[in-house]
Amino acid sequence: MSQNRPWIPYVLILPSVAFLALLFLVPLVQTIWLSMSDNGVPSLANAQRMAGDLNFTRSLKNTFLLTLAVVPVQLAIALAMGTMVGKIGRGRETILWIWTIPLGISDLAAGLVWLAILQNSGYFNSLLYGLGIIERQTSWLSYQTPVALFLAIAVAEIWRGTAIVMVIIVAGLNQVPKEFREAAEIFGAGPWVRFWRITLPLIRPALQSALILRTVLAFEVFSVVYALGGRNFPVLVGEAYNWQNQNQNYGVAAAYAVLIMVVSLAATVVYLRAIKVDPERLP
Amino acid sequence: MTTTLPKTAPASFPSSRRLLLWSGIAALCAWVLVPIYLVALGAFGGRQGVYLWPKTVLPTGVSIEPFLLFLRTEGVVGSFLNSLGAAGITVALSILLGAPAGYALARYSFPGKDGYRLLVLLTRAFPLAILALPLTVSFIKLGLYDTVVGVGLIHTVLALPFAALVTQGIFLGVPRELEEAAWVFGCTRLQAVLRVVVPLAMPGLAATAVFAFVISWNEVFAASVLTVRNRTLTAYLLTVLAESPMHYRFAGGLLLILPSVVFIFAVRRYLFAIWGISSK
Amino acid sequence: MANIVIDGIRKNFGAFEALKDISLTISDGEFVSLLGPSGCGKTTLLRIIAGLETATSGDVLIGERSVIGLPPKDRGLAMVFQNYAVFPHMTVYENVAFGLRMQKADDRRVKEQVEKAAGLLHIEPYLDRYPNKLSGGQRQRVAVARALAVEPRVLLMDEPLSNLDALLRLEMRTELKTVLQGAGTTTIYVTHDQTEAMGLSNRIAVMHDGVVEQVGSPVEIYNHPATRFVGGFIGNPPMNFITVAVEDGAVAAGTLRLPAPAGAGREVVLGLRGEAVALAAPGDGLDMTVRVAEPMGSHLLLTGAIHGQPVRVILPPAERVRGGDVISLRPDLDRITWLSPESGKSYPAAMA
Repeated sequence: MSQNRPWIPYVLILPSVAFLALLFLVPLVQTIWLSMSDNGVPSLANAQRMAGDLNFTRSLKNTFLLTLAVVPVQLAIALAMGTMVGKIGRGRETILWIWTIPLGISDLAAGLVWLAILQNSGYFNSLLYGLGIIERQTSWLSYQTPVALFLAIAVAEIWRGTAIVMVIIVAGLNQVPKEFREAAEIFGAGPWVRFWRITLPLIRPALQSALILRTVLAFEVFSVVYALGGRNFPVLVGEAYNWQNQNQNYGVAAAYAVLIMVVSLAATVVYLRAIKVDPERLP
Repeated sequence: MTTTLPKTAPASFPSSRRLLLWSGIAALCAWVLVPIYLVALGAFGGRQGVYLWPKTVLPTGVSIEPFLLFLRTEGVVGSFLNSLGAAGITVALSILLGAPAGYALARYSFPGKDGYRLLVLLTRAFPLAILALPLTVSFIKLGLYDTVVGVGLIHTVLALPFAALVTQGIFLGVPRELEEAAWVFGCTRLQAVLRVVVPLAMPGLAATAVFAFVISWNEVFAASVLTVRNRTLTAYLLTVLAESPMHYRFAGGLLLILPSVVFIFAVRRYLFAIWGISSK
Repeated sequence: MANIVIDGIRKNFGAFEALKDISLTISDGEFVSLLGPSGCGKTTLLRIIAGLETATSGDVLIGERSVIGLPPKDRGLAMVFQNYAVFPHMTVYENVAFGLRMQKADDRRVKEQVEKAAGLLHIEPYLDRYPNKLSGGQRQRVAVARALAVEPRVLLMDEPLSNLDALLRLEMRTELKTVLQGAGTTTIYVTHDQTEAMGLSNRIAVMHDGVVEQVGSPVEIYNHPATRFVGGFIGNPPMNFITVAVEDGAVAAGTLRLPAPAGAGREVVLGLRGEAVALAAPGDGLDMTVRVAEPMGSHLLLTGAIHGQPVRVILPPAERVRGGDVISLRPDLDRITWLSPESGKSYPAAMA
């Protein structure tokens, strides 16, 4: 493209830059300042108040455990889906559509869906009753059953959030020519070796971005938890919400926000380091 | 060279393996679909349905009535419309601001391009909705607090980076030569964009718009923080959650799911292309 | 109709010099090919003429008027692109009519011109179709028709046939020549295919590394290459280059003693077309050690060495020569080109 009007691209990106500066960078700085100041003076009061809160440790632990439990399972299911769908011809489109439906479902709705299944008189208990495993309605979502509640939330998150990982993985797989796998097969590589030695290394960029996206989203988990367990299962974003809306304490809410951001950024950096993408080693 | 053929050669794919494959696929399909079916049963089952015990997976005692009753509950229609409004603003803004940026990224190389891409990618590493927290104060000052426009603005922060990256890929898919041909045959740059690039990019742009819609429609946190009376549907459901009866919650869940599912169906052809692009 | 003057065009991409001071004049109605290997700058030069690329310095005049700085639409030219660039969202008719519509021509003139161009390129049956339904060759015709419909002062073609298969390429080449001869439009044609350039052009500009090595008619370029590059690039097989010693103003090549070109140093390069030789009696002339003999039907292609330097020569098909033979060849003295081993230029130009 000719270079005689070099200002054109700047005019084109300017509106979005201005918008993001105003509504992304400014609030970002505001959040950081809000969390690290008290009445306009730099202070760690908010951070101390956050750390001293009864729910702080629990919410931190819960959020991390949930992320650790959910993300690997989502990745495994997504890889299985991608591999399976690569083996079929007809019906592929329909199956992919069904698998992507949860992509359009909000975490709140996902929480409500699993509430219908896991509530006391719900379908899960009905199934267990029908199989003779339980004799009366059992509660899974109360604070007396933290493990069951944790599993319920994890299942709901896996149900909803796998779709996005699957879409990114399948998009990545679509870009790997099948000749590579065929060549490996001709030289005697079995399915397992082909998957680990050929497919997986070639979809590194997809793996990387799926993991980053999914992990950041997992640290943001909130409404699915709220729909299933109410306040019984504190998580970081939920605490931020409560400090903001219930306690009207914007400073501590901001401190939680900064903590979530730091954790998200740290996870991103870890992924960027752990899964190195070298463009020269990709097709 | 060994003389034995690989046992898994597609032509001689053993039927037991086929069976295993299709069972796996069917199980995963059921895993996605059955919960939606069950929440729909809950939404149409009404108060009695909730306490029915033990339940069967057959639709017994369902009618449209409980769902309509839910829709007539005060605040539901209003919040539904608010959600549509916020999503509409998000779609319009993210395309209007994002598509030109996507075009610039696709067609020009200019100093600062990498910086811009970094800004856009940086947003991905942040839990963006959280940034609604400090905005409460400035939005109150600007009169944007508790308005659909305010929610639309913060949702655009979520959708805009996505729109810029995805439209970049879409515009890269329109061969540059077509645009150059338009120039040579008498178009100005703007005419070439309007007559050649936009018509060819239209399906992809429409898909981007749908994604922006879904992003806004599903967002809970920022909408809940920034509204009090003019709630979006998600914010409304979240705040009344604790007080509402079970079947209302299920009806609300279904109402949230339906539009998104329809939209995802509408853009299913572009899903993988778009994520193929935006995951680079 | 217009002549084109390219005056001292330079183009740098960062530190890379894509075009190094190119000057070329093309007369009104002339068909000139820019021929060269990929990366030689020929397409960049064409795009600068079209206004799709900005030159670092230099001037382009079309019809005596400088067009540097004008957008493509104001240069009065049409172009056929390598990938055709036929608009997929318009019918063939609207594609061909596109340029006229942009000129705000009235419907009658549009119809007239479209039908005329469609007739020339034999695409009338497809006018209502969309390009996706057409074959590559048909799309190519649409692209040419679209360019001719506006009756441009200058027609630019960027490797227009390179995406067609060999048979279709030959057919389109003949057809292009017929159509363009009738139109008499000043045409610049970029190609890396020497047969296209030779067959179509009035003149050829051979480019290499951002420099025009030689401009001339196809026959001139073939018979009298100005540089070693041109000789090696044009012709199949390419020209043979045999470095020989000069003693007392004469060159000893085999049993032959040839007068050395004026200004030659200790050595000189003998440029010899593969077909400008005849089989001689053994021991009389240039001795060639034949490595491989390939009977091609219309001729016999021999690969081997003369003076230990690799050569390829062509003999009549009836000659009986086999791999391993040592034969003697007598060159056609009128068709010898002498080149300087240092500069690679041919004599007498090499003296300058």
